[in-house]
Amino acid sequence: MERVIEPPVLARQRETSWSLTAAFVVMVAIFAIGPFVVYPVFLMKALCFALFACAFNLLIGYVGLISFGHAMFFGWASYVTAYAAKSWGWPPELAIIVGTAAAAVLGVVAGSLAIRRQGIYFAMITLALAQMLYFFALQAKFTGGEDGIQGVPRGHLFGVFDLSNEMTMYFFILVVFLAGFLLIYRIINSPFGEVLKAIRENEQRAISLGYKTERYKLVAFVLSATLAGLAGSLNSLVFQLASLTDVHWSMSGDVVLMTLLGGLGTVFGPVVGAFLVIAMENYLAPFGQWVLVIQGAIFVVCVLLFRRGIVGELAQVLRVQL
Amino acid sequence: MTPTGRLAFAVAALMCSVAAAQAQEDDVVKIGVLTDMSSLYSDIGGPGSVAAAKLAVEDFNPAAHGMKVEVISGDHQNKPDIGANLARQWYDVDHVDVIVDVPTSSVALAISEITREKNKVFLGSGPASSDLTGPKCSPNTIQWTYDTWMLANGTGKAVVKTGGDTWFFLTADYAFGQALERDTTKVVLANGGKVLGSVRHPLQTSDFSSFLLQAQASKAKIIGLANAGGDTVNAIKQGAEFGVTSGGQHFAGLLVFINDIEALSLKTAQGLVLTETWYWDMTDANRAFTKRWQASRPGKFPSMVPAGVYSSVIHYLKAVAALKSDTDGRAVVAKMKEMPTDDALFGKGSIRADGRKLHDAYLFEVKAPEESKYPGDDYKLRATIPAAEAFRPLKDGGCPLIGG
Amino acid sequence: MFEVFGIPSQALFGQLLLGLINGSFYALLSLGLAVIFGMLDIINFTHGAQYMMGAFAAYLLLHHIGIGYWQALVIAPILIGLTGVLIERLFLKHLRNLDPLYGLLLTFGLGLVIEGLFRNYYGSSGLPYQVPEALQGGRNLGFMFLPNYRAWVIVLSLAVCFATWFAIERTRLGSYLRAATENPVLVRAFGINVPRMVTLTYGFGVGLAALAGVMAAPIYNVSPQMGSDLIIVVFAVVVIGGMGSIMGAILTGFALGIIEGLTKVFYPEASNTVIFVIMAIVLLIRPSGLFGRSA
Repeated sequence: MERVIEPPVLARQRETSWSLTAAFVVMVAIFAIGPFVVYPVFLMKALCFALFACAFNLLIGYVGLISFGHAMFFGWASYVTAYAAKSWGWPPELAIIVGTAAAAVLGVVAGSLAIRRQGIYFAMITLALAQMLYFFALQAKFTGGEDGIQGVPRGHLFGVFDLSNEMTMYFFILVVFLAGFLLIYRIINSPFGEVLKAIRENEQRAISLGYKTERYKLVAFVLSATLAGLAGSLNSLVFQLASLTDVHWSMSGDVVLMTLLGGLGTVFGPVVGAFLVIAMENYLAPFGQWVLVIQGAIFVVCVLLFRRGIVGELAQVLRVQL
Repeated sequence: MTPTGRLAFAVAALMCSVAAAQAQEDDVVKIGVLTDMSSLYSDIGGPGSVAAAKLAVEDFNPAAHGMKVEVISGDHQNKPDIGANLARQWYDVDHVDVIVDVPTSSVALAISEITREKNKVFLGSGPASSDLTGPKCSPNTIQWTYDTWMLANGTGKAVVKTGGDTWFFLTADYAFGQALERDTTKVVLANGGKVLGSVRHPLQTSDFSSFLLQAQASKAKIIGLANAGGDTVNAIKQGAEFGVTSGGQHFAGLLVFINDIEALSLKTAQGLVLTETWYWDMTDANRAFTKRWQASRPGKFPSMVPAGVYSSVIHYLKAVAALKSDTDGRAVVAKMKEMPTDDALFGKGSIRADGRKLHDAYLFEVKAPEESKYPGDDYKLRATIPAAEAFRPLKDGGCPLIGG
Repeated sequence: MFEVFGIPSQALFGQLLLGLINGSFYALLSLGLAVIFGMLDIINFTHGAQYMMGAFAAYLLLHHIGIGYWQALVIAPILIGLTGVLIERLFLKHLRNLDPLYGLLLTFGLGLVIEGLFRNYYGSSGLPYQVPEALQGGRNLGFMFLPNYRAWVIVLSLAVCFATWFAIERTRLGSYLRAATENPVLVRAFGINVPRMVTLTYGFGVGLAALAGVMAAPIYNVSPQMGSDLIIVVFAVVVIGGMGSIMGAILTGFALGIIEGLTKVFYPEASNTVIFVIMAIVLLIRPSGLFGRSA
């Protein structure tokens, strides 16, 4: 039976290959020039979601666990950051830290419940937990329910940088995104990451070699949750709004879509997937519900024909690592 | 030139062209109709509001004033984040100068904030929450057609005075519903009534059975529906199914539009008391407007929301023509407040310092099927509430723009 | 009137009955899902959209062809069941040998496509569908007024659930189906057309969803998103009951409907989440569900 994730060709190499470095340089260049060509707010949104998708990919691409509830981390971090910035008046760096920390705590709690099961049961538990948290957000006073938390101030970063300037905000987001991206890359290519891959390939053998696989999976889960939370925190500051959409299950579905489209288990796949999906949602917004149809169609086509995703197929064709 | 040099040159050229593009003054007055096109409130605002805006532009006759006016529209799907994103993009990228309509108070509150930040204009014909001219008031926002205080005082007072003195609320759980419940509770208590309980339901609920059961158990004479659109229609329909009215209780629709009455049919809705600030069949001018409006919305009737869109757009364009500029939102709004309003639909009126447009309100009762002579003949007038009494007194609002 | 924990019995029984009605829908839908998963190892995320299509079929049959509720109860499930057969032949067949999560992703995507297409065409506010004449009105039970139609819902779903359970667990056709799940190769060797059985079973499960949709049409508004929020709750029900167990799905559906109704009386804030809480607990203690076969 085919595994959910097919490791791309040559993925077992530990050294950073030239193709990865090249792709990284291209990515940074595009993002550096981007805001002068395209509406910066659109790019900021894409970056936040790219980070979200990368965090999600950590779990599915390298641990082999598909979570259908990642919106809970993204959304709740978003609420906590928004609340801290608006009602407590905290500066952006502290608001982001506390939001990310909230996601980490949530990750520990959810992870310890979900990790005990595999495959479809794992997915169902994460979905159920996310739904519980969605309904909690709907009713809790501090989240503002249907109204959300509005008018969140962006503040001054470190008291110096005025984040209400779109360009300043953009480069801040870019820096945080790159940091998160590199962190994930570092995690994957470390002894810890090797154990994760071993667990994905054959958990029984990893256990027989003496590894406490449950613990490794939990740590990976919490890391994934924390970084997803970071993405959510950034998102609430970009739009100055935290709302129910951020915790809804369709948000969880979106991130699965982005990662699937881009390429599960590839380094750049989630970034490409996130950009494509956000771009599509943006340009099709006037056409109402075609967004849903196209998203669904992408799922179908990817599962049937492009299981490796865009970047995965590209890597396969070029016989490089991406 | 080296590849890097070429790249640098290209980037610099791009940056220059982008900067140049932004330096241009834009000489088109762009009106963005942000509304609910496909769900809960699409009949109340939606394409009908877009049609009204276009009629207003036509009647204003931009060419005669040497102006160019464009109308675009967007769907906020009743979600604050979608509405906020669209508004941001409209203001930043598409050079929209004014946003109108926006039914759904939670979205309106978000739009009001962004409009203030970007110094544009927001003319809310659709939203209900009285907070828009209260604690959340803004020098860039005018609430045009109605608000929860007016509804509470119109319908609420009338119902209590005719014997409906015990209430149970069915409230839509967001800014609007909560504001409506709060304002109506004050009125009920002030007039000697009692509130026996309330229950909050999520926006766009399809099954009201358990909420209705709780309302029945409370034995309150009046079940106040602090919701609107599809939710109100569903609650009333299912109430009939569960024998609410045959059990002696009555529904009080705190925000009901003619579109809801049409959806319910006169048979179900007869006797319902409601407050609107405009009715299509009241004057010849209203009837004429409705006829033109129906060209794009056959078989439907305009509620006070599209009428408000028409009125607000005409007054906005007059202010812009007087100022000869649309770039400074606060200045335009100040001008709009300075000039008295006068249009075919609402007649003469004025705009208050807190952003509240003032006009008369009307208490209507839904006709019985036998009393209706033609399609759309749904209301009979019970009372007229003059503008001075219809809206919350200026000093009570808590608006930071007003001294107190 | 007596009181239970401070709640008047009238409110209690009323919400219990409403809970039973909701439970009927949970049971019918989770039955369809359990049949599909139990027999085919497919997690059918399209189920919500197929439920919605059933309701729309009833609406369209009435408004465009003039076919009423009673005929729609039979015609709609057959029509939508046929679309299910198409889906199985075109898409699901290719995923037979892959990890079941791919089936989940594909059916999830199909569900989005279907919902999106309907939303595009019909908008997202509801379309009205009248309760059929024969079932209008209701009777006063003393503790609440029970509309006749809702009583009918309970009766019909109990009947359909029982009939399905009987067909699968107690008839020869059912035993072929169950055998084919255990060992398709061997069953094929006996001359039974396994692929066709698989296709028809999927179609049947889908038909069950559509039937639930027709039954829901007069009560809940017929709208394109009526299935998507319901389906997550139904998945929780199936997981609690045991993914392969028919009886488990039925019993859990009704039971959870009642529990939800009780929660609405005693602790309304938790009524949306109680099913998920139960699911999380059950999965931790008994991963294969209350009635399921071993994981």
